[in-house]
Amino acid sequence: MPRLEALRGQLERLGAAASSQVWRLGYASRFLGYLVLHSGTALRRFRLTVAEIYFAGVLSLVIILVSGLFVGMVLGLQGYETLQRFGASESLGVLVALSLVRELGPVVAGLLFASRAGSAITAEIGLMKATEQLSAMEMMAVDPVARVVAPRFWGGVISMPLLAALFSAMGVFGGYLVGVQLIGVDPGAFWSQMQAAVDVRNDILNGVYKSVVFGIAVTWIAVFEGYDAVPTAEGVSRATTRTVVTSSLAILALDFVMTALMFTGTEK
Amino acid sequence: MPEHPIVEIRNVSFGYDPARPVLRDIDLAIARGSVVGIMGQSGCGKTTLLRVIMGALAPTRGEARVLGHATRSLDRDGLYAMRRKMGMLFQFGALFTDLSVFENVAFPMREHGRLPEELVHDLVMLKLQAVGLRGAAHLRPTELSGGMARRVALARSIALDPHLILYDEPFTGLDPISFGVIVRLIRELNDSLGATSVIVTHDVQEALGVVDYVHFMADGRVIAQGTPDDIRASPHPFVNQFVNGRPDGPVPFHYPAPEYGADLAAA
Repeated sequence: MPRLEALRGQLERLGAAASSQVWRLGYASRFLGYLVLHSGTALRRFRLTVAEIYFAGVLSLVIILVSGLFVGMVLGLQGYETLQRFGASESLGVLVALSLVRELGPVVAGLLFASRAGSAITAEIGLMKATEQLSAMEMMAVDPVARVVAPRFWGGVISMPLLAALFSAMGVFGGYLVGVQLIGVDPGAFWSQMQAAVDVRNDILNGVYKSVVFGIAVTWIAVFEGYDAVPTAEGVSRATTRTVVTSSLAILALDFVMTALMFTGTEK
Repeated sequence: MPEHPIVEIRNVSFGYDPARPVLRDIDLAIARGSVVGIMGQSGCGKTTLLRVIMGALAPTRGEARVLGHATRSLDRDGLYAMRRKMGMLFQFGALFTDLSVFENVAFPMREHGRLPEELVHDLVMLKLQAVGLRGAAHLRPTELSGGMARRVALARSIALDPHLILYDEPFTGLDPISFGVIVRLIRELNDSLGATSVIVTHDVQEALGVVDYVHFMADGRVIAQGTPDDIRASPHPFVNQFVNGRPDGPVPFHYPAPEYGADLAAA
């Protein structure tokens, strides 16, 4: 009987944890709905959103560009090593471009964006809450979701696809540096095969869709965690960690789902 | 009860958990033009009462009428319209750290008014002059002392010439000079703007010097009220202990604990 009781206790805890997560997801969804409905200020006074594009996008450029360059260079090395075994080293451009545009660009840029910009957004909103700045806004009859959260959300959503595109472009350049300049692959073959094989709709647009979805997911998680943070130093720190962990998992899970859907679409 | 009070709290109770009410049957009215103190120990419910007056919390029972509106019946827009006539000074100022002193004071004007920038500039300077910080307009909040930050926050809370100014623990952590400045400003701004001020504080001695009337709270209830002199002379044992800062009395020095000897033996 005591074992049965212990099992029941464990099941109850599991149920409570599951229902609290579902409740939290519902709360986050309502928050997103409210945010979108109250985005008038962010769009009407677009200057506010532009400032956030600067913080989320422009200030992330260094990490995105440098990482893109190195990822492209590694792809160049690894790709050449494999392709030359089959005498297909001229296809290096195709391999580098497709890997970046379809997968690595959106995914790695998304992960970097979550760590660099997502964590900063959560920490900033969380600290504003902890220091009563959001309450002060409420008391001035200014809706903090419209004035603080919505510009950050749209700033992140707009920045992310641009950062992913720059990541891919820089990666292609890195692959070119290693493949063509360092190893000596024919530049004509590198570029022309890439041009012929990369399809705008199936490859580039699908990559863009991914980066848009990742941008929405990461920024939504970041603003929600900041707004919902327990207003203490420990609470903000936990919220920031949750943003990075949840965003990273969300990106990887969404990537799988979207890739599966995209392949299904291609087969038809 | 004053005639046509600006704040009227009728039989208000509130609790996050119905089993443990934070406010119990509060009845009070605040006269227009006065400076009123809501005093009591930490955790007695005075900040919760302030949040009810702000409209941030709806009473679970009773009615709160502020500036002529029953706060419970107001929707978001109605609440915001009411708050445009209110100013609030938070305990530590709650200045926007990404904005300068000037921009902090200009914030409510820019958010609500379609005022030309020259007029905003002049109004901000006027408010900063009133709190003696016109020369600090260009500074960032991180460059201000605690007292200066409180004064900037005060300038921001009167930016839209409010009818009702709420102060949440305005004296906490201030040095004697800053304290003197804030006390003087509360009185002067209240009288010059023709506003009404509500000060929530546990700094009783300091506050008694500035307020016209006091509501004294303990355990979610108003246990005494009157002028500062009435409160100083109150025979109520709790008020007496609190006003005179006695370490022991109705509020015991020791937190409830098992018998002392038993605890020592347990080690």
